[in-house]
Amino acid sequence: MRFLHLIWSNLKRRKLRTLLTLLSIVVAFILYGYLSAIARAMDQGVSLAGADRLIVRHRVSITQPLPESYLRRILAIPGVQNAAHASWFGGIYQDPRNFFAQMAIIPEAYLDLYPEFLLPADQRLAFIRTRTGAIAGRRTAQKYGWNIGDRIPIQATVWVRQNGESAWEFDLVGIYDGAEEGTDTTNFYFHYDYLDEARAFGQGLVGWYMVRVQDPDQAATVARLIDAEFANSPQETKTETEGAFLRGWAQQIGDITTIMSAILSAVFFTILLVTGNTMAQSVRERTEELGVLKAMGFDNLLTLALVLAESCLLAILGGTAGLAIAWFLIASGDPTGGALPIFYFPRQNLLWGILIACGLGLAAGWLPARQAMRLQIAEALRRI
Amino acid sequence: MDSPPLPPPILIIEAVEKQFRRGTETLHILQGIDLQVRRGEFVALMGPSGSGKTTLLNLIGGLDRPSRGRVAIDDQRIDQLSDRRLAAWRARHVGFVFQLYNLLPVLTADRNVELPLLLTSLNKARRRQQVALALRVVGLTDRARHYPRQLSGGEQQRVGIARAIVTDPTLLLCDEPTGDLDRKSGDDILDLLQALNRDHGKTIIMVTHDPHASARATRTIYLNKGQLSATAVA
Ligand SMILES: Nc1ncnc2c1ncn2[C@@H]1O[C@H](COP(=O)(O)OP(=O)(O)OP(=O)(O)O)[C@@H](O)[C@H]1O
Ligand SMILES: [Mg+2]
Repeated sequence: MRFLHLIWSNLKRRKLRTLLTLLSIVVAFILYGYLSAIARAMDQGVSLAGADRLIVRHRVSITQPLPESYLRRILAIPGVQNAAHASWFGGIYQDPRNFFAQMAIIPEAYLDLYPEFLLPADQRLAFIRTRTGAIAGRRTAQKYGWNIGDRIPIQATVWVRQNGESAWEFDLVGIYDGAEEGTDTTNFYFHYDYLDEARAFGQGLVGWYMVRVQDPDQAATVARLIDAEFANSPQETKTETEGAFLRGWAQQIGDITTIMSAILSAVFFTILLVTGNTMAQSVRERTEELGVLKAMGFDNLLTLALVLAESCLLAILGGTAGLAIAWFLIASGDPTGGALPIFYFPRQNLLWGILIACGLGLAAGWLPARQAMRLQIAEALRRI
Repeated sequence: MDSPPLPPPILIIEAVEKQFRRGTETLHILQGIDLQVRRGEFVALMGPSGSGKTTLLNLIGGLDRPSRGRVAIDDQRIDQLSDRRLAAWRARHVGFVFQLYNLLPVLTADRNVELPLLLTSLNKARRRQQVALALRVVGLTDRARHYPRQLSGGEQQRVGIARAIVTDPTLLLCDEPTGDLDRKSGDDILDLLQALNRDHGKTIIMVTHDPHASARATRTIYLNKGQLSATAVA
């Protein structure tokens, strides 16, 4: 690229102006990266939801418990391959701001249903065998500096013990990883039996059930069968696919993705104007120089290409810097300090970001480049 | 007495007219220009301000097209070339020197001189060589890494000349190259142009207002009221 030095030198012509333009592009792309990660966190898991998994909850609300005895009846329904239950603990670790989900489960059944939680075989065994055992996701373990063998104290907000105390202790016997980047590794799991035996009330109740169906195509039918099984009982159920369940969850927060797209469109439009203006000024003040280059034999197409390349270089420099900074910021944690269980820069959005930067460069440079291309040499030199 | 055979004309202009429209008015700037310049000539073009000297030089250098007539250089009609081919032709055949030097302020002297070479197929090493050679011819080897603003007017103009000759063009076209310089610097530039003409055989056409400058040329022609003549019209 023999013209690179010329293009680069032109960008350095007005250092402050270039720097300010570059900065606004950088900021826009940091915002873009951040919002992508947040949007991804909002519809967490919807795209990763198992198509063969159903969630069975109390018909009124997920906060209403179901009897543990439903498990046997669910397993008996045709089309059901496997089932497990989970119960929300809602305790506090050290400080109410340290939020992560704690759930009481039957380890074997639960881990069978969620193959995306990767746990080494020996830790899995230890978890199954230790009544006070617990496992934590990698992110949470890292965040609080936990190691296997640590004793984790958690303060109950609901489930006080029979002796009246609200302090529970768990032995950390495993740390799980996610099979995919979007897998939630913030949860904390412990034995349902440990909870149920020691709690002061609520024995025999669970939060909700997860069901794996034999054939994903039959998921809707199986869901209907499950709800029919418990119809007209004191605790009727509502069964839906995991994807639908999570989507419903996300929609409660509002259609944030749409709002974010609107904000981003406005931001990028502004950046387009800023960059376009920089390029237009830059071309205007070098009319004579462009005339001289053309006199030397730079043809119209080359002149067009040089201006476009300059604008693209500016946009891509700012864009990649912004995306890189966003990447580091996102990698160092989510802005709520842990409320978003998954928080990462989706690779797809990163690629889009690079494409947007290229598009920004082309769009911002287009009019000035055309103006440069159409410049008549004699006229341009006459302006001296 | 045998005189040596005259070299063939390198530039032939026939019946060239140039008009500009200004609003509803049509300005007849050049009317029926005929001119031949032979290889190795150093022609000074003089004439009152606004007489069309720059306009004529632009037509010769392929920066603009005549309204009527023919312009041929080295047996090639350039008045009919497409924009694209004309640009390629300029890159090969003409070097321009401007009154205000017109260097790119963002590039050092050597990078300025290198610009026309970017359009050739020469690799970086060969381009470096050519740039060094051109800078040596104009006597600015030690100023290669300086920016235009760090150079005097005379030095800038020498960089401008180095840039114009670096591709070894057929024609060197200078529009008042000393017009913005003091007598001493102007004389240096004229010495340089004269040396290029005499020692390197460059064909030069130079627009000037200065009789002192035209005295260096091998021939002087005058433009007045759109017509060329061999003598100044009072
Ligand atoms: N593009 C144009 N449109 C309209 N008029 C023009 C254009 N270009 C040149 N002219 C007119 O043509 C005339 C000749 O201009 P030109 O620049 O060739 O003169 P010149 O002899 O070089 O003058 P000077 O010695 O001042 O440089 C001037 O009156 C100028 O205004
Ligand atoms: Mg002029």
